[in-house]
Amino acid sequence: MKVLATAFAALLAFNAQAASELKIGFLSTLSGPAGGIGIEIRDGFNLAVKLAGGRLGGLPTEVIFADDTLNPETGKQLAERLLKRDRVNLMTGVVFSNVMLAVWPTIEESKVFYVAPNATPTTITGKGCSPYFFSASWPNEAHHEAAGAFAQSKGFKNAYLIAPNYPAGKDALTGFKRTYKGQIVAEQYVKLNQLDYSAELAQIRAAKADALYAFLPGGMGINFIKQFVAAGLSNEVQLIVPGFVSDQDVVRAVGDPMLGMFDTSHWAYDLDNDANRKFVAEFQKEYKRIPSLFAEQGYTAALIIDQAVKDAKGKVEDVKAFRAALMKAPERAKTPRGPFKEAANGTPIQDYYVRALVKDREGHIVNKKISTILTHHQDFWLKDCPMK
Amino acid sequence: MSTILFLEQTLNGVQFGLMLFLLAAGLTLVFGIMDMINLAHGSLYMVGAYFMASFVQATGSFWLGLPLALGATALVGAALEMTLLRRLYGRDHLTQVLATFAIILIANEAVRIAWGSQPIMLNAPPSLTGPVTLPGGLHYASYRLLIIGVGAAVALALYFLVAKTRVGMLVRAGASNREMAIAMGVNIRRLFTIVFALGAALCALAGAMLGPILAVQVGMGENILILAFVVIVIGGIGSIRGALVGSLLVGIVDTSGRAFLPLVFSAFLPPQLASAAGPAIASVLIYLLMAVVLYFRPQGLFPARG
Repeated sequence: MKVLATAFAALLAFNAQAASELKIGFLSTLSGPAGGIGIEIRDGFNLAVKLAGGRLGGLPTEVIFADDTLNPETGKQLAERLLKRDRVNLMTGVVFSNVMLAVWPTIEESKVFYVAPNATPTTITGKGCSPYFFSASWPNEAHHEAAGAFAQSKGFKNAYLIAPNYPAGKDALTGFKRTYKGQIVAEQYVKLNQLDYSAELAQIRAAKADALYAFLPGGMGINFIKQFVAAGLSNEVQLIVPGFVSDQDVVRAVGDPMLGMFDTSHWAYDLDNDANRKFVAEFQKEYKRIPSLFAEQGYTAALIIDQAVKDAKGKVEDVKAFRAALMKAPERAKTPRGPFKEAANGTPIQDYYVRALVKDREGHIVNKKISTILTHHQDFWLKDCPMK
Repeated sequence: MSTILFLEQTLNGVQFGLMLFLLAAGLTLVFGIMDMINLAHGSLYMVGAYFMASFVQATGSFWLGLPLALGATALVGAALEMTLLRRLYGRDHLTQVLATFAIILIANEAVRIAWGSQPIMLNAPPSLTGPVTLPGGLHYASYRLLIIGVGAAVALALYFLVAKTRVGMLVRAGASNREMAIAMGVNIRRLFTIVFALGAALCALAGAMLGPILAVQVGMGENILILAFVVIVIGGIGSIRGALVGSLLVGIVDTSGRAFLPLVFSAFLPPQLASAAGPAIASVLIYLLMAVVLYFRPQGLFPARG
């Protein structure tokens, strides 16, 4: 009888613990040509979970990974599996906006919170904003707005813009033009995944612009930067890019040709605060490489979840309580960016920096912060969000 | 538009065409002679580029790395042919497509396991990183001139090999009538292994030459393989000459589309429409070219058989 009672008690205890466990669905692009980005985010996220002793917000944490392979349809199916079969309490991880837009209705219908470590599309932050969506990264157009502001502040009289011919490409150039008031020499749209840029480079040379803003994500950017430098254009026009196409993942693939470029970012590896020094040191210790901004976003997303779960006392399903805790979390969690506020539509109000690609003392190419270009910058589409 | 810019864009077209030729030559050899649709051709291109990057890093020299990468990829190709592809020759094209598609997936994962999932570095030799000034004051990337040179040399070498040597004669015999060649005592199995290894080496050459201007990453082969297929369909399957003409056509049409179409459109369309229509039409131009060629010459421009 006593044995039975003990077993019963143990089972009860087990039950209680299971109910207070944090299950996070991490849906990301982990394979294919763009898989490197998802892996950076995952590694940053995992590091924060590890440093928290495997317990985010004091709860035993299980992270279930799923690979959307950059296919929105696959992403949607995996999101359903994570939500319905695995019954996760929280979702995070999506890299690309097109996948995000495909999985978002499924997540929102399930009334599960989503903490964005990357894609923060304007349709979810503007008219379609939702209490279940919370971004720990940056609104989609912010880096481009920062780049425009930088080109403006440098006094570049005119700029040549180039981006892929798809919605995010057009948004990028719209963002740039919002803050850049100089003359636009040309807006060139290229085919998505274009390999050879010699035709465009010849036109850029002929246009004799002061600045060149290139939003070419992933492999496109690597191709473009290599060809841009090989054509000798780096001596003729100043190349500016958003930070997420020129961070350490790209530096490792391109090397010296990156030197002398400028990019814009919400974070830099050399930001002067203790939380950032700890993050960079721990990341290098764990993975033997310098973290990129994607790794920082994954890490910060986990820190914010940690803080919010703690502050909401584990009530992840309680919309009001958890939303309130999330909104305060970026100010309380010790993120590598330093404390920041969150706007009503769940997007960070934060500073953006200009970084130069230079060699550090050990000879590594790094994205070194040179100035702050936008302070307390908020999402342009906040104005359309009915949530106050 | 100045004459210089026009010349530069034409040179760009030729250059892009020869880039594609490096890949299309191997594809057309294997497809035409062995009657085998090898989707994994792009994977060999990727493997070649990764080998090149590793050997360049290990030896510290681009020119030492190149023959090592070619040799290693040829070995991989030969091993692939002897273990797997050999079993597919007798099957229909659908089976070949499925099996070689599986090889793409396996190769991508294998490369990820061996080299990691992030793009890796492969840069041009230090003497060829900048531009040179051509007569007429045209600045041109010196490395792209090297690509033009290598592409032209490969075209000549292949022509010589296929048209003038004994191996080439056997290859042509195997292509035009396999059974008869076997009856005449040609060791077709060995010949096919050699052809496949040669095709793999050409892939490695393409990967090694293009690595310094394109991203060396998992899945890099699929994107460019589509263009290579367009090239050999236009040129006529199995024909080296067709691959050369086809790739130059594709290179020039694609480049001039991107360079000149927006200008043409902006001359007679409102700017909003012109800026939207230019890139859209330029991106489908080579497929239009393919459709037109196939309409008039269903076998391609230079069919290898009959």
